[in-house]
Amino acid sequence: MIRSRQVTAIASTILVCSMASAALLLHKVDQVPPAATLQQMLYISSPKLLKRLCLGYEGLLADIYWTRTVQYFGGKHSQGGGTYKLLWPLLNITTQLDPHLIPAYEFGGTFLTAKQPEGAGDPGKAIELVQYGTQNNPDNWRLYYDLAFIYYDQKDYRHAAEAFLRGSQLPNTHPFLKIMAAQMAQHGGDLETARMMWSATYRTTHDKMIQANATAHLRAIQVNEDVTALERLVQAWRDRTGHFPGTFTEMVSSGWMRGIPLDPLRHPYRLEYGGRVVVSNPDDLPFLDKGLPIGHIPSAVPKLSPAN
Amino acid sequence: MMNTRILHIATNTFREAVRDRVLYNLIAFALLMSAAAVLVGQISIQIERLVVINLGLTAVSLFGIVIAIFIGIGLVSKEIDKRTLYTVLSRPVRRWEFIAGKFFGLSGTLVVNTFFMAIGVFAALAYVSHHFERSDVGILVALYFIILQFVIITALALFFSSFSTPIFSAIFAFWLFVIGSFAQDLRNFAAMAHGTTGLLATGAAYLIPNFSALNVISQVAHGEPVPHRLILLNTAYVLVYSAAVLSGAVLIFERRNLK
Repeated sequence: MIRSRQVTAIASTILVCSMASAALLLHKVDQVPPAATLQQMLYISSPKLLKRLCLGYEGLLADIYWTRTVQYFGGKHSQGGGTYKLLWPLLNITTQLDPHLIPAYEFGGTFLTAKQPEGAGDPGKAIELVQYGTQNNPDNWRLYYDLAFIYYDQKDYRHAAEAFLRGSQLPNTHPFLKIMAAQMAQHGGDLETARMMWSATYRTTHDKMIQANATAHLRAIQVNEDVTALERLVQAWRDRTGHFPGTFTEMVSSGWMRGIPLDPLRHPYRLEYGGRVVVSNPDDLPFLDKGLPIGHIPSAVPKLSPAN
Repeated sequence: MMNTRILHIATNTFREAVRDRVLYNLIAFALLMSAAAVLVGQISIQIERLVVINLGLTAVSLFGIVIAIFIGIGLVSKEIDKRTLYTVLSRPVRRWEFIAGKFFGLSGTLVVNTFFMAIGVFAALAYVSHHFERSDVGILVALYFIILQFVIITALALFFSSFSTPIFSAIFAFWLFVIGSFAQDLRNFAAMAHGTTGLLATGAAYLIPNFSALNVISQVAHGEPVPHRLILLNTAYVLVYSAAVLSGAVLIFERRNLK
């Protein structure tokens, strides 16, 4: 009896110690830099072969591949981005396994379109992916919207208008697609069109990440407009006085402004040498074309403030 | 009205399976579904419902197939090894009744098992999406088709068990499940082939069980309806096919020398 207890005690101690040591060693192993990144390869790259191998359970496999795609993109993105070599093969496998997996087209299109290092910078593949989505889900108007957005991003307003128009002809479509088709055909490159596109994106999704992205773009459009208007005003001051104002306070006290102008995040705009108008916190306002201080290097990973 | 002798054998088979801790797989299933429900939202985007349905139904299917094969292959051989078969057959029980009873017993075990796993799937779904949709009725259809798969596998395992060793029975049943999952491809190949090859391929395509038509998991996960006609035809197909396989098992078992 006593011997049996001894064996139990010794076995339990060895079990606990061995498991703890194994966990500790595994932690150490994780810290060793790998010679070749396992993440950088796909053991099976053929969607057809995978479909055969999964014995009819392709739905679950597609979910696993989609999760892997998100993890791959998120992991690379958080490390500052890169080339995203596996993004297209992963998305291709996911959508071939489950052609009705709509998020893979919606987010995949965005991941592929975004310029490097934020995304793969491959709009051609993004178009191919979303077109495959429209072929397999012909009644889903959102996919036509996404397709139009990719074309719009490439400044291909004619194809963008066509995609909007095709989407607008579907049953249960959103009414704004028809308006967007007309707007795109007439005023493709206008800031107002961009505002409409991002506002529509914001309104037609419940996804917090998409809403934050749309909000960031809307803020960037607002800043572009503000900076253009303010620099015009500063130029007018110069034309009147012969020199640039030193600060906005100077313009306020002279009655040219009612108060210090604020950016969409309620931070004051600053006036730099040579009449340049810049934002105070450029890292909080990604996607800006104007208003960036000289020498500012935008973060590789855009900071998306919560949408409001 | 089921023969009482068959009913007794079926009840005993069910009890034996429960005694063999077959239903312990429900614990693994519950853990799997709980983990999926909690984790999936954090590691993926917008597919919480899809994953719960796909993972849940795939797990129900695979757990059941494994149980059907590994219990099914031992249904006859275990009784011979333990010599309990002689006791049973020395009573007024016919050999075909023994086979039928074993079949209904294991099928019943799998139905009960599936019922509890289905509760798990719906609980995880309720946790993830906080509500049920009208299209979720399709999940019940998918579960019904999965039970139909189990019925065929049970019949096949019993068939092989009636003349072969457990290990070979398991291999045969498993391979038939794999080949049956490619039934549609085999039929496509048969349609393209000519002459003797075409005839052989067509024969094989109709001889092997068609598991691909019984898998509608992806379809119901996307809320697509399953045609009523498919439900009727699949039910009829499984009844007819299982009857054929069981008849084969009875024919072999009737002639088997048990001495």
